[in-house]
Amino acid sequence: MGHTLAIQKRQKTPQEIFRRVMLNLAVACIVIVWTIPTFGLLVSSFRDPVAIDSTGWWMAVFQPFTHGHWTLGNYIEVLTEDAMGNAFLNSLLVTIPATVIPITIAAFAAYALAWMRFAGRRLLFVLVVGLMVVPLQTSLLPLFRLYNDVGLAGTYLGIWLAHTGFGLPLATYLLYGYISQIPRDLIEAAEVDGTTPMTKFIFLVLPISVPAVASFAIFQFLWVWNDLLVALIFLGTSVDVAVVTTRLSELVGSRGQTWYVLTSGAFLTMIMPLIVFFSLQRFFVRGMMAGSVKG
Amino acid sequence: MSDRVSEQGKFSHILMTVLGAVALVAVFSWSFLFMRDGSAPRPVIALVALLVGVGGIWGLFLVADRLVALLPGRTRDLLRPYVFITPAFLILLVYIIYPTVRTIYISFFDFQRGGSPVNFGFQNYLRAFTDPALQIALRNNALWLIFVPLFAVSLGLIIAVLVDRIRWERFAKSLIFLPMAISFVGASVIWRFIYYRASFGAQIGLLNAIRVALGAEPLGWLRLEPWNNFFLIIIMIWLQTGFAMVILSSAVKGVPSSLLEAARIDGAGEFRIFFQVIIPFVSGTILTVTTTIVILVLKVFDVVYVMTSGRFSTEVVANMMYNQMFIQGAYGRGAALAVIIFIGVTPVMIYNIRRMNQV
Repeated sequence: MGHTLAIQKRQKTPQEIFRRVMLNLAVACIVIVWTIPTFGLLVSSFRDPVAIDSTGWWMAVFQPFTHGHWTLGNYIEVLTEDAMGNAFLNSLLVTIPATVIPITIAAFAAYALAWMRFAGRRLLFVLVVGLMVVPLQTSLLPLFRLYNDVGLAGTYLGIWLAHTGFGLPLATYLLYGYISQIPRDLIEAAEVDGTTPMTKFIFLVLPISVPAVASFAIFQFLWVWNDLLVALIFLGTSVDVAVVTTRLSELVGSRGQTWYVLTSGAFLTMIMPLIVFFSLQRFFVRGMMAGSVKG
Repeated sequence: MSDRVSEQGKFSHILMTVLGAVALVAVFSWSFLFMRDGSAPRPVIALVALLVGVGGIWGLFLVADRLVALLPGRTRDLLRPYVFITPAFLILLVYIIYPTVRTIYISFFDFQRGGSPVNFGFQNYLRAFTDPALQIALRNNALWLIFVPLFAVSLGLIIAVLVDRIRWERFAKSLIFLPMAISFVGASVIWRFIYYRASFGAQIGLLNAIRVALGAEPLGWLRLEPWNNFFLIIIMIWLQTGFAMVILSSAVKGVPSSLLEAARIDGAGEFRIFFQVIIPFVSGTILTVTTTIVILVLKVFDVVYVMTSGRFSTEVVANMMYNQMFIQGAYGRGAALAVIIFIGVTPVMIYNIRRMNQV
């Protein structure tokens, strides 16, 4: 189709065709180089442990029947024996509330900042913007000691709140940017039949804000899912609470050369982000851009 | 709404609200003990955790709003906004303001000598900057700081310009962007596999297999000082190029075609167009992407932690901070490192937020 169009316009000179081919080749090379690392890992994760150690994964690609030795056993073993299944469940348990809670709190605050009058409004706004520049590293030690004192260390509630704290300034800022742009007429029209601010917020403002909420939700979900540092400090590495990232890094430490465990384990940590990536690509890019100023 | 209900309705309303509040508190405390106790089957605990975590926060806001609605007119209207903002304020106070102040405070004390902490003045900082280990970490951070943004942004821009002219642009872009979805830990495992050196048998790591095929000896890439730093840096470049590409791509598409046409008519070659038309046009975006990656790199931790734990002279400041704080218990020195990161990140962040506001 493209060809006929091009011919209709005008004949291409050989030079132009050569250029076009080179361009496509160059991009193809870059794409291949960028994909090979992940691809090699994926292929290896489905090979028999002995096969992984005796021939490179590329042999399994070139001769899938003689050198492949395909199996799902690696996954079964890493899910059960190496507690990756448990870690996967823990990751969901950490990530879902650690995404919902900060967005909820931020949305309420953003609405009040944008559409309600109260003493201290300016102060709160300055605080939100100002705290965006503080990296979470400066919070870790005092919080860790506080958590040990009050018994929050190693609990889900503890890590939900920690992620809430670290994500809140950015979430509030982004949602404020969106909610404050809702036309005044729309907000005031809802006032007629004696609605409370709460009902206005839930039935009018939140539904309108879905795009902003979705972008931030995707960013926060991936951030928490992929986080290692916060999980390491506030949840720890014991098998019953460890999330996929801490579990995988433990496996690197204890079974650093056991490639059938590491490849399948690593791929398990990636499945969730990859699903989000492929199913919600447009929101994904927007979310990553929105989140790029996270301190 | 509650203003117009009858006396009897009002009473039942109060009753319901109070009961709701009591129920909420009961559910919270019960579930916390339930989860900590951990004797129930895991899926049950998981379900309870999810329901309490997600539902609890909404319950909190709704019950608080109901409680405030019980108050007489003026007080109620005065207090209502605080139902909306108090949770956010408290979280910011407990999770950022208090700990940051406390970290700065701790950084002036010495905890290592047993007993009560000793006021140490700027000793932690002085020591940090004279410590040979930190010198290496600072050098490595500088390497990261130069090479990750440089390569990620340049490659991102080149790719953005190239893919703009092909038909399978979207496909190419999503494959290059894909590493952005992968955690640093996952990416580290991917690259460990590439750098792997088998002590016996076939080389199954890609790089050493290529070396062997070319007739050379396999290398222990991650122990090869100081080059191992660059092998870690490559991981971050691989992860961040897609981010730079996507943002720069939309900027490149914004270059007016009339500008490009005019340059072509003047006889400018593609290279001149790239350097003299496209780069000046997207320079603002280049700056934004660069600063964003700079912030990320200043705090780089996961890759080093997983790949080498800072051994073989690959230490970086954030990993050192983690070790000092949580492994060695040298709180004062760890806090000083956190403050150093803070001081490094903040100006760049301020700049970044300012820019974001202008767009």
